[in-house]
Amino acid sequence: MMRTTLFRTLVAVVALGAAPLLEAAPIPPPLMHAPVNVADTASLQRGARDFMNYCMGCHELKYERWSRLGRDLKLGPRALRRLMFLQTKPYQMITNAMPKAEAIKFFGEAPPDLSVVASEKGADWIYTYLQSFYLDPSRPTGVNNLVFYNVAMPDPFWHMQGLRRAVFRRTGSPHGTGVRRFVRYVTVVPGSMPPAAFRRRVGNITNFLVYVANPDRLKAMALGIRVLAFLVLFTLFAYLLKREIWKDVHH
Amino acid sequence: MNERSLSSEAAPTRGGLLGWIDARFPLTQLWRSQVSEYYAPKNFNFWYFFGSLALLVLVNQIVTGIFLAMSYQPNVHEAFASVQYIMRDVHWGWLIRYMHTTGASLFFVVVYLHMFRGLMYGSYKKPRELLWILGMLVYVCLMAEAFMGYLLPWGQMSYWGAEVITSLFGAIPWVGSSLVIWIRGDFGVTQATLNRFFALHVIAIPLLLLILVVMHLMALHQVGSNNPDGVEIHDHLDPKTGKPVDGIPFHPYYTVKDLFGVGVFLIIAAIIVFYAPSGGGLFIDPSNYQPANFMQTPPDIHPLWFFTPYYAILRSFPNKQFGVVSLALSVLILFGLPWIDRHPVRSMRYRSWAYKAAVVLFAFTFITLGFIGEAPATLFWQRMGSGVALVYFLFFVVAWTYARRPTPRRLLLTLAAVLAVIGFLIWRFYLPSIAGLIWRTSLVPIVYALLFLLVPVFVPGLLRDRPVPDRVRMR
Repeated sequence: MMRTTLFRTLVAVVALGAAPLLEAAPIPPPLMHAPVNVADTASLQRGARDFMNYCMGCHELKYERWSRLGRDLKLGPRALRRLMFLQTKPYQMITNAMPKAEAIKFFGEAPPDLSVVASEKGADWIYTYLQSFYLDPSRPTGVNNLVFYNVAMPDPFWHMQGLRRAVFRRTGSPHGTGVRRFVRYVTVVPGSMPPAAFRRRVGNITNFLVYVANPDRLKAMALGIRVLAFLVLFTLFAYLLKREIWKDVHH
Repeated sequence: MNERSLSSEAAPTRGGLLGWIDARFPLTQLWRSQVSEYYAPKNFNFWYFFGSLALLVLVNQIVTGIFLAMSYQPNVHEAFASVQYIMRDVHWGWLIRYMHTTGASLFFVVVYLHMFRGLMYGSYKKPRELLWILGMLVYVCLMAEAFMGYLLPWGQMSYWGAEVITSLFGAIPWVGSSLVIWIRGDFGVTQATLNRFFALHVIAIPLLLLILVVMHLMALHQVGSNNPDGVEIHDHLDPKTGKPVDGIPFHPYYTVKDLFGVGVFLIIAAIIVFYAPSGGGLFIDPSNYQPANFMQTPPDIHPLWFFTPYYAILRSFPNKQFGVVSLALSVLILFGLPWIDRHPVRSMRYRSWAYKAAVVLFAFTFITLGFIGEAPATLFWQRMGSGVALVYFLFFVVAWTYARRPTPRRLLLTLAAVLAVIGFLIWRFYLPSIAGLIWRTSLVPIVYALLFLLVPVFVPGLLRDRPVPDRVRMR
């Protein structure tokens, strides 16, 4: 009898403690439009620099080579070397030194490779996600994310963007528990960067990830125009040939 | 003696290289019988481009596929990375891969339009039944080819798609679970599965496809092409030459016309390949940019667009056996089309208004099922899917009824049978909690059945066919 009561109390306590974790994801604001332009080499260079500074500690771009990055982003050997923190060679892949087994211990899951993340999630998602962290004491990292609820990743930009609290409005739902809808952020600790400059920085990183996901995109677009010009001419001549040959078909 | 007479009959003795070859191989004879003296009706329209375009895409898939296979690694640890290797390190690898992925989707676009052409102009009817069946076999092979090729990049959707589709064989009674293991070569989708799918995708099915395509063309040249009027051109031969009056040699008339079609098609293909290779997620699923992870099921598993109509049919009934049987039936029933629609008039142009409407609505039904298969598997879309799936099958009932002198008595009897089946399905999958939804979605096939089986009883004009002209017409 005693043990059952104890067990019940224990279950109740655990359930209460888990309550904030079990709450459904809030309804996030719509995704922001990312300023993507892979022809803007300066933006890609800044994006690469910031990626190496803030993201590379945990994430890799293991399908992209350093030399390829240097060639496409018009970085000379010295500029490229400045991005390479490890003793890697330019022909090697862009990887970091974090052991995967340790990473799983740190975060519960290894940080994913980001080579093709822009193709998977889309630029707008990345751009919004990186700017949607808010304080949540129930999380081990102290922050949560509106776009990726209960994400294991800490906010890498908190000192630039500042720490913010999210205000939710609880709306009725057919199940009676209520749904939290995001209303606005309240700044708790201001960031070190003006908001517009911060948005540009995240925009550059997003742009860089879009480039990495598809490094031949510019080449494809330039080649596409020439291929299409040829095909239009070809089709025109094919049409004229058809008309000429079909002249003697009597209806 | 015999050989010499054969060669001289095929081509008047020629000198030079061609003569040398013709004495040893029937090159000129083949060219004449299959191309330059193969008489095709002169009234082919837009819908007749897709046969030659399908051949073009097949060649594209084989050529780009050979180059992909040179760099692809059929290994669960390297497959995903090797695709990225092709995209980044192989010269023109990105172009070759995008041509292959775009080609796969365009193959289905072209084949669906080609099949719909056959449906509109009754190209499956006597004497072209075998031509249709060979075409259907090509289509089934193409489905297998696309499905197995989709596993190779070893992305999340590749893995989970293969997991779902192979598990369907588990619905077969008695042997199901052993069959699934036999197909996968393991208890799950693993290295063994990837290896055998690679072998089947690059060797077995392409070989079969090529043989079937050649047989499809041989059958076509045996019976001759149908045309939008559905009139047999071989019924009107020129008394002097013995050639069809309304026929023109395939070469040069249709070779140059198809060349123009190829140009337009390649423009569309190039726009996709160079500017929108993923087609907004339709041609390359975004979740396939994440490597396969058997520990993490994606929130929504669905196939690429060309299988979504069948996927909608599969999940339309809350019962695995029922779903799998409906899925199999929805493909198999197309094989039977020549015997379901035995109406003497071939082309829809001279069929009744009711039949015309049914054919157009059938295409619309297929597209709607595609959208439903693409939608998340909510209760609403699942039930809506069952309603629209019934309409898919009802088309064949309507076609069968219209083909055999649709007297009011027959129409009403068919209607009664159809309503009984719909009633049975409502009863079989009835859930009191969603009664409203069930009745509303069941209204879709009921209204369809009433429109096509009851309304003609009161408006017989809807079932009146138009006189078929004696010879083909040019528009």
